[in-house]
Amino acid sequence: MTETRPKFDLDVIDRAIRANIPHCGELGVRTTAFATDGVVMELDYQERLVGNPATGVLHGGVITVLADTVSGMAVYGAVQKMIPIATLDLRIDYLKPATPGRTLLARAECYKATRSIAFTRGTVYHDPDDPIASVVGTFMFNSSRAASPSSAGADAAQRGLS
Amino acid sequence: MTLEAAIAAAKESGDYQSVLDAIPYNSFLGLAVRMIDDGPLCVLPADKKLIGNPVLPALHGGVVGALLESAAIFQLIYRHETVHIPKTIDLSIDYLRSGRPVETFALAHVTKHGRRVANVRVEAWQDDRSRPIAAAHAHFLLT
Repeated sequence: MTETRPKFDLDVIDRAIRANIPHCGELGVRTTAFATDGVVMELDYQERLVGNPATGVLHGGVITVLADTVSGMAVYGAVQKMIPIATLDLRIDYLKPATPGRTLLARAECYKATRSIAFTRGTVYHDPDDPIASVVGTFMFNSSRAASPSSAGADAAQRGLS
Repeated sequence: MTLEAAIAAAKESGDYQSVLDAIPYNSFLGLAVRMIDDGPLCVLPADKKLIGNPVLPALHGGVVGALLESAAIFQLIYRHETVHIPKTIDLSIDYLRSGRPVETFALAHVTKHGRRVANVRVEAWQDDRSRPIAAAHAHFLLT
C-alpha cells in the first residue's frame, strides 16, 4: 500500500457506525480511533448489560459484541474501504471481569489481509496494560478485493506473494 | 430474589425463565428459555435493535455470540449441582451463515464435565435446525 492517509473522517465514521449498525446505535458504541494500524471503540457501563446482578459485572456477551464490532472495523480500517465482509470465526479469552461502572474500551488491528481473508487480533480493556479479554478473528471479503480498481496494485502485489 | 435463590428454585421447578429474568443482559436481549428433552433451549426474539447489518439484513455477530454463551451457561446450570453461574474462560465462535433477524434458537451440549472446568459445544439455528447459523465451543470455570 502506497497510500497511508486515511480516507475516512473519524467523526463521520463514529456517527455512521451508530447510524448504520442498529445494535451499535442501541448500545451507544463510540469510535475513538480508526486507522490502518488499528481501531478503538468504547462502550459506557449500563445496568441493562449486567450479567451478574450481585456484582454488577457486565455479561460476557457484551464483551463479545464489542470485540466482534471492533475486529470487523479493524478490517475496514486496514483496507480503508467499506466492502462487505463476513465474520468467519471469533475466539475470545476472558482474562478478568470488567469493573462495574467503568467504560469498556476495545482495540483491534488487522495484521494480515489477503485477497479474500483478513486476520485480526485485539483486546477489550479499561487499562490497556491489564486487558479484560483477548480476541482473535478471521473475516472473509464477500466480493474479491481485486474487483475494485483502487486496490488493483495492492492485490497484484499480494497475488505475487501468495 | 437473588440469582442463587432463583437457580435453586429453578432446579426444583424446572422453570428456568426466572433465572434468565434475574440477569439484566438476558432481559435486554429479550431471551427466553424453554425446557426440551435435551435441556434448556434459549430463544432470541426477532428485534430490530439486535441487527448488525441492516442491508442484508443480519443479526449482529456479537449478539449471536451472546446467545451461544447464554445457552452454554444455562445448560451448565441445569446439569451442574451448584447454584453459582459458571465463569466463561474462553469462547470460540464459528459463523456459518448470516443470521436473519428472525427468532433464533440455541442449545448447548456439555462435552466434558470435569471437577473444575467444563467443555461445552453450542449451536444456534433459525427455522431449520439442520442448517445452523453459528456454532461455538467454550470452556467454563465451575465455581
